[in-house]
Amino acid sequence: MSKIGVFICHCGENISATVDVERVAREIGGMEGVAHAIDYKYMCSDPGQTFIKEAVKKYGLDGVVVGACSPRMHEPTFRRACAEAGLNPYLCEMANLREHCSWVHEKSEETTEKAIDLVKMMVEKVKKNKPLDSIKVPVTKRALVIGGGIAGIQASLDIANTGHKVILVERDPSIGGHMSQLSETFPTLDCSQCILTPRMVEVAQHPNIKLYTYAELESLEGFIGNFKAKIRLKAKSVNYSTCTGCGACIQKCPVKKIPSEFNAGLGTRTAIYVPFPQAVPNKPVIDRVNCNYYKRGACKICEKTCQVGSIEWDKEDEIITEEVGAVVLATGFDVKGTDFFPEYGYGQYKDVLTGLQFERLASASGPTFGEIRRPSDGAIPKKIVFIACAGSRDPAKGIPYCSKICCMYTAKHAMLYQHKVHDGESTVFYMDIRAGGKNYEEFVRRAIEEDTVNYVRGRVARVYEKNGKLIVKGVDTLLGGEQVEIEADMVVLATAGVANCGSEQLAQKLHVSYDPYHFFAEAHPKLKPVETNTAGIFLAGACQAPKDIPETVGMASGAAVKVAALFSNDELVREPVVAVVNRLAPPLYSTCVGCFMCETACPYNAIEHEEIKGRDGSLIRTIARVNQGLCQGCGTCVAFCRSKSIDIQGYTNEQVYAEVMSLLND
Amino acid sequence: MRCYQCGKCTAGCVLASDMNYPPSYLMRLLQTGTRQNMDKVLASNSIWLCLNCENCLGRCPMEIDIPKMMDYLRTQAIKENKLHPDSKPIIAFHRSFLDSVRNTGRLYEIGLVLSYKFRTFNFLQDLAIAPSMYLKGKLHLLPEKIKDRRSMKRIFAQTIENAKTVNK
Amino acid sequence: MKIGFYPGCSLTGSSREYNESVVALAKALDIELVEIKDWNCCGATAAHVMNEELSLSLPARIMAMAEEQGLTEVVVPCAACYNRLKVTQHELEDENKRTRVIEILKLPYRGDLKIINVLQMLEAYGAENIKTRVTRPFAHKVACYYGCLLVRPHSILKFDRVEDPQSMDTLIKGIGGTTLDWAFKTECCGAGFSVSRTDLVAKLSGNILKDAADRSAEAVIVACPLCQSNLDMRRGAINKTLKNPIDIPVIYITQAIGLALGIGAKELGLKRHFVTVEL
Repeated sequence: MSKIGVFICHCGENISATVDVERVAREIGGMEGVAHAIDYKYMCSDPGQTFIKEAVKKYGLDGVVVGACSPRMHEPTFRRACAEAGLNPYLCEMANLREHCSWVHEKSEETTEKAIDLVKMMVEKVKKNKPLDSIKVPVTKRALVIGGGIAGIQASLDIANTGHKVILVERDPSIGGHMSQLSETFPTLDCSQCILTPRMVEVAQHPNIKLYTYAELESLEGFIGNFKAKIRLKAKSVNYSTCTGCGACIQKCPVKKIPSEFNAGLGTRTAIYVPFPQAVPNKPVIDRVNCNYYKRGACKICEKTCQVGSIEWDKEDEIITEEVGAVVLATGFDVKGTDFFPEYGYGQYKDVLTGLQFERLASASGPTFGEIRRPSDGAIPKKIVFIACAGSRDPAKGIPYCSKICCMYTAKHAMLYQHKVHDGESTVFYMDIRAGGKNYEEFVRRAIEEDTVNYVRGRVARVYEKNGKLIVKGVDTLLGGEQVEIEADMVVLATAGVANCGSEQLAQKLHVSYDPYHFFAEAHPKLKPVETNTAGIFLAGACQAPKDIPETVGMASGAAVKVAALFSNDELVREPVVAVVNRLAPPLYSTCVGCFMCETACPYNAIEHEEIKGRDGSLIRTIARVNQGLCQGCGTCVAFCRSKSIDIQGYTNEQVYAEVMSLLND
Repeated sequence: MRCYQCGKCTAGCVLASDMNYPPSYLMRLLQTGTRQNMDKVLASNSIWLCLNCENCLGRCPMEIDIPKMMDYLRTQAIKENKLHPDSKPIIAFHRSFLDSVRNTGRLYEIGLVLSYKFRTFNFLQDLAIAPSMYLKGKLHLLPEKIKDRRSMKRIFAQTIENAKTVNK
Repeated sequence: MKIGFYPGCSLTGSSREYNESVVALAKALDIELVEIKDWNCCGATAAHVMNEELSLSLPARIMAMAEEQGLTEVVVPCAACYNRLKVTQHELEDENKRTRVIEILKLPYRGDLKIINVLQMLEAYGAENIKTRVTRPFAHKVACYYGCLLVRPHSILKFDRVEDPQSMDTLIKGIGGTTLDWAFKTECCGAGFSVSRTDLVAKLSGNILKDAADRSAEAVIVACPLCQSNLDMRRGAINKTLKNPIDIPVIYITQAIGLALGIGAKELGLKRHFVTVEL
């Protein structure tokens, strides 16, 4: 007969306040096969674990059930304790008396009875548990970083500097991301490009970093330590090994009116282009959607201009496969366009800009070389209105969250404007000023006090154009709701930061969770901010939520450390919760009939064909076999198997049946 | 209440400057939950000047139905008889309008205006435009009546008149 | 093409010209209007302000009568009536309210009637015919004024886009007109305060007309009798509030299209406006 030990935890008062834990221990102690049952205030504490270890030895336990919190929290703790006492860790199970019982019910008889049932089920299950050995898998010590903005750059450099190889994939023709578009950065007003471009160059020259620009992740297979990434290298139409980056082709390209992505639509670019002069790599690609040759079959002026014959018209997208052990997602964010705002003119007014567009106006590398000028007529605006929370904190527009960076960059914008246009007047309409951060509040105060930016507390109801002016209808709520009307020359909307386009599809490709706004979800909001729920995939930067540069860089370094820690192992231990096909003595060999329904059902391609051969080498039968490296233990094959030949270790049909029967036998 | 005082309703309200309390201020008074502030709201002209144009609702980030709240506050102000003087012509007009509908099933414009004048003692108002209206064929001298006028009587008896007796 | 028709009180009284132009235009576009029998007033703002049950019962009776008559779709040219009917239909999706109203009316009410405004009727059933039958292109620069009741609340009416609606502009462009991008398309004219607070109507309608005039509109085009009467009949009071009096006419979309199709000014009721129409 079994000798099971049962340990009921009070979890401080988390469980004991609603469940009569003494009664649970008492009643379970009377169950058949239970050799020992106690309750204790903190089972996870050192004395608590000691109780378990000593009981295993003293009573010669062949199974342990801990009635406590969720196994996600402490299963590893208790299994380790059992292992230390010499019991196979997979003979230890947890009954979740906290999340599944005490937290969701009132204190009552029934709550205690439910707790007893939960423990009982686990006792019956443990009786059927078999000792298992964890699976060891090798680690590919090479990381994939997706996204070449400041987050991806920082993560790549940090990982590369630990001596590991990094593959950095960037969708655009250059790395740099949004940070390369910024003018100056708060709260120090140092030039964004000046601090970023050296890092971009470092990436390009680092011996441990392989950079793929104009490339996107096609698919990712495998698991922690052993991923296979398929990467689509979009056809650049330019041979980078011969191209010198002289730029002659760009000067001669006749298609010149394409809105420049880098300038947020305020400037133009050619069809063969480098996004910006400091781009890395500083070599052009041909935008096939806009190129005359691809559109109409004639032109080829760039080819004639190119001295080294680098234009490759017939180049096709190439798919390459890279094996990596970890992935860092650093795909960044985007901002809502002005067309998102009916009340601010549906994007039809040229002088209503997004904050990102204003960055380009204020940037020395921008379309106006850093002079603040109206896109409509090139005039220097004498009155500017900045509208904070444009779209953010607006549930009616589907964006209830705070975009976090706008308060600071709006203060910076107003400040830069006042520095550049001395006789200008700037007004900021705000709801709250969120300036939490080192030297942030001081920065905002500087804008208000030293640079005389007019801060008005209230939202703007409407913006419309009249006689070349933008009429802004706002309110000053601090004056009891007095209406404020300003005839402005330019309006800048601090538009909401949103998930980058394609983030949902990417998350699905990677099996990473995401929130309702398509930002990637961290594994734990406090204690696992850079991990995802998929082991081996980490997050860096604004793809998780809008955040500023210091926070992004910190998070990227955090993700890099997680990758480095993972790569410090030569092999990884995996839970043996995988499927197995039963094997029997000849002449049966197995109950598997070789229908391979499981192969059709398996989402991880983990089913292999195993040939059973006689002594003479003749084929007797072909049956299914599970590749334990690939199997994720999802159980789909078990449901599909018609001859009941597959089981999940640790969750066998027999075990689940025993759990259910324990309830029915009452 | 969900209002976080952004003020967008007030910023766009066409009559905010004529109101004792603009909409966002009024929301704040209500948020305090005190009897004193409720009395201020009920006795204000804001609830009567609201045109139910719904610009505030259309733009409110928190989708607060201010017009509907105004409907409630007006009913409450009548119930508690806390009426700002600005409400008088407005209520008089609505009552005259409904009298016409109750009696004929439709709006009888001359009847409405006459009844309104008796209610407000403002006999001179609109004398200037009435003759042109008549000349342009915009006024019927006699009311148009629907056939099933009993149904009108029943609807009024079971709704607004019923509510009045309940209030008494 | 046959469609139910609810004129509402204004169209039989002070806004007769709207009715005349709707009827004339429908005829010219081969749309047969079937008037709801023994229809009553929708209660307008008065019922809405004074009593909720009354404000639901009056429109519900109209719709119940239309249902009884076998109509499936009803055009409601008056924006106020259109709004009251649509909102009532929405409110009566609530089972308790519906039961109560049916009890008051003593009439069956299903609530599946399709209520459309005049712009929707023209878009759905007139667009093709208008295009081919224009004889006198409407070569004028005009400001299309939608007001409140035609477009709000957007969540219930689901008509056109918010803040800057386009349907009337599209119709005007279709008959050769030019439309202004202006600022007061959906600002309130003062609506039901016409009699009780003429001063406020003068102020609000004045703002609207001034913006249209500043942008040199030749006319303001409307689809609501309340807007029309405030901007037109109250012109005297409006002009008293303005530095420079404004004499641009305010006409219905049906009158503008009627003119383009060659229908006579008298037939369209253009003589009934206070501000002379010379288009």
